[in-house]
Amino acid sequence: MTSYLFIVLGAVLVNNVVLVRILGLCPFMGVSKKLETAVGMGAATTFVLTLGCGTSAVLDTWLLVPNNLEYLRTLAFIVTIAAIVQLTELIIQKTSPVLHQVLGIYLPLITTNCAVLGIPLLNITQKHNLVESLLFGFGSSLGFTLALILFAGLRERLEGADVPRHFRGTAIGFITGGIMSLAFMGFAGLDKYK
Amino acid sequence: MISALLVMALGAVILGAALGYAAVRFRVEGDPLVEKIDGILPQTQCGQCGFPGCRPYAEAIARGEADINQCPPGGEEGIKKLADLLGREAKPLSGEHGIEKAKSVAVIVENLCIGCTLCIQACPVDAIVGAAKQMHTVIATQCTGCELCLEPCPVDCIVMEPIAESVESWKWQYPVFEIARRSA
Amino acid sequence: MSRRLFNFNGGVKPPYNKEASLGEAIADFFAVAPMPAEFVIPLHQSVGGPPHPLVKAGETVKKGQLIGGPDGNVSSAVHASTSGRVKAVEMRLMPHTSGLSALCVVIEPDGKDEWIDHAPVPWRSMSPGEVRDALRDAGVVGLGGAVFPSHLKVNPGKQGHLDTLVINGAECEPFITCDDMQMRQRPDGIIKGAAILRDLTQAKQVLIGIEDNKPEAVAIMRAAVDRLQAERIEIVAVPTRYPAGGAKQLIRVLTGIEVAHGKRSTDYGVQCFNTGTAHAIHDALELGRPMISRILTVAGNVDRPRNFEVRFGTPMNDVVALCGARPDSDRYIMGGPMMGYRMPAETVPVVKATNCILVGSKAMFPPPPPEMPCIRCGECAKACPSDLAPFELFWFSRAKIFGKAQEYHLFDCIECGCCAYVCPANIPLVDYYRFAKSEIWARENEKSAADTARERYEFRLAREERDKLEKAARLAAKAAETKAKLAEQQADSAAKKDLIAAAAARVADAENKTNAS
Repeated sequence: MTSYLFIVLGAVLVNNVVLVRILGLCPFMGVSKKLETAVGMGAATTFVLTLGCGTSAVLDTWLLVPNNLEYLRTLAFIVTIAAIVQLTELIIQKTSPVLHQVLGIYLPLITTNCAVLGIPLLNITQKHNLVESLLFGFGSSLGFTLALILFAGLRERLEGADVPRHFRGTAIGFITGGIMSLAFMGFAGLDKYK
Repeated sequence: MISALLVMALGAVILGAALGYAAVRFRVEGDPLVEKIDGILPQTQCGQCGFPGCRPYAEAIARGEADINQCPPGGEEGIKKLADLLGREAKPLSGEHGIEKAKSVAVIVENLCIGCTLCIQACPVDAIVGAAKQMHTVIATQCTGCELCLEPCPVDCIVMEPIAESVESWKWQYPVFEIARRSA
Repeated sequence: MSRRLFNFNGGVKPPYNKEASLGEAIADFFAVAPMPAEFVIPLHQSVGGPPHPLVKAGETVKKGQLIGGPDGNVSSAVHASTSGRVKAVEMRLMPHTSGLSALCVVIEPDGKDEWIDHAPVPWRSMSPGEVRDALRDAGVVGLGGAVFPSHLKVNPGKQGHLDTLVINGAECEPFITCDDMQMRQRPDGIIKGAAILRDLTQAKQVLIGIEDNKPEAVAIMRAAVDRLQAERIEIVAVPTRYPAGGAKQLIRVLTGIEVAHGKRSTDYGVQCFNTGTAHAIHDALELGRPMISRILTVAGNVDRPRNFEVRFGTPMNDVVALCGARPDSDRYIMGGPMMGYRMPAETVPVVKATNCILVGSKAMFPPPPPEMPCIRCGECAKACPSDLAPFELFWFSRAKIFGKAQEYHLFDCIECGCCAYVCPANIPLVDYYRFAKSEIWARENEKSAADTARERYEFRLAREERDKLEKAARLAAKAAETKAKLAEQQADSAAKKDLIAAAAARVADAENKTNAS
């Protein structure tokens, strides 16, 4: 039980996808202008990543490894993730057309999001069973959402600040993200148990 | 090798079937985004954007055929709101579609009006009252300032008057202060 | 009798400077001063729609005659302040910071000061709606400064009766003493007015809140309540702190009820009226007199600050002249130093909102030091009596992000000025809020105009469609009719042809017969 807690904790804080592993910067910078879109993006990524991580783990354990097809991992994972993303896009278009329009190109870009491919691959290296895989995927996406929401909140405040002209927008965003990364280094070592 | 192909083919078939089912199950009719865009546009129905009215322009924006900076009556404010809604960059107003002018209403000079009803037919919001051979007049509170009535009038008796500031419509100024300068 | 009082957060204790204007009794300006050459009475003196003028240039009017008819429900009537001749109905400078003009009725007094025929209103036997109409037509508006039409507030609320009626005698702003003097000199009118309001709203209790820096007023009002044997009316002394006189703040102090964001005090069974308004309601109903004057304080950079009862339309500089403005005076402020508005000129008329004319000078109000950046020290949030976050409101108003400003409840700000008073960076916070509020209102007006335009456009398209269909239907009907007629004609001619053929056949037959024989 505690090991499950530590898997999630490790994925959310200690090894945060965006701020510590530095993966998935594309939506991190692109969708964080407003809090509502950030939350929407986080929710979409959580759905995709949890499902993707679990499916990929199952795929790997039951199909690829028994047939000595480990070299197909990347290909198979990407195909699975692409299908899940397409499914998510259809659902979002039906339930919230505004969110769909606002997320725009970033929704299908979840497919090529290095975090969404990286987490299932990292999951395999850590030799998790199915439950642990799902928790790992869920925790990582929770960390992604957390970083995204924190960043969106900061960017909304930055909108009203006196930022020098050439730093406005993305530049000051990256600087802020870097400082957040420094802050998250404070969590290092928190998930060491055994 | 064969097993690899089989595995990939199997995966493709299953996922394809799932997506096909989802495409039917989650079909979306119409486009509610157009309503939201139309809600931002000023409804002058003037046609300066190049489209015959605000709704066609909203539909064009939603389809991606038109840019968001083509509406002069909406002004910088409108462009900023559209940019916020659609998550795009706000741009300055496109010069070829007109310039932002002060809000004005049309006024019919009564001693020149001949009662031809051509302006009544042209007004997109029915803000002109009158009948054939009767005096025409513009309902000032309903006039959007689109200027579509100026052309059809055969005796050029319509003028645009800018809306004067009144005590009710006066706005507080943005506070401006002098930066303190230290004497050298 | 001690009563449990509550507290509101924040507030400040500025120097009150009230003693100077308390020395002399209220004087009737009309009686003691030379007659002004003209009374300029603006039509728009209350919140809501501007009344339309009911008189024209050249007409004679009597004192108290209706000159501005209320336009709609949120509007209040305007009356002539004295008898005379209407010189003009024209645009004149308004006592408004913008320096713009608005429609005013200009009356040249005839010196006779004759009342129009008026009689007490039998309000006890009238329906609530009729009483409200009587108050509206008497021009009674809130005299605390917000000039909201009082007839809309005389409302027993959802439960059919009020729990508590609060009469606001706090008068928390520095320099202003008009309510204090009115309570000292005319307590009976106020208490009778409070009793009328109590009956109109079926209130269970009436609490008259007076700040404890006015011990004379408290004593005199208490004695008057005893003398008049007013039922269920209690005078309560509240601790002195600005802005204890704010409606929501006074309600909280007296009853502990916090009126939530977006709700009205009547939702909680409480309503609040100013003492001056209570007196005016008494005059309007018991004496039948419309509102034509009010008590105001002249204070600040003058030799003899005092209170006057001034008729509406009197030029402000005439009133100040009687108090001896010092030579270095350079501005008039309508209201107090915390919430007052600077007047564009000294000749603007006194209106229903004028509770004080504060004469200022550079020495009294030195130019503020330059604004420095906000360091989020939080002093403003500590001082805010409405429990808002002024630094956030400032941040978003400054950046013109109005959506976020409204999320922080910008419109709950009462513009009391406590935040600007305590700000160590000298930021004119209230100016930013006023700017943001007027921008938001302007945008909302534009939006509703655009929505109306869209409706009219869509209706026009629908109308054209309908016209087309009707025309087509008409033509089709006509075509069917003609077709029917044609068919009928054809049938007729066919019948005729048959007859002719039959006749010809008969003739041919007959010929054949004769030929044969």
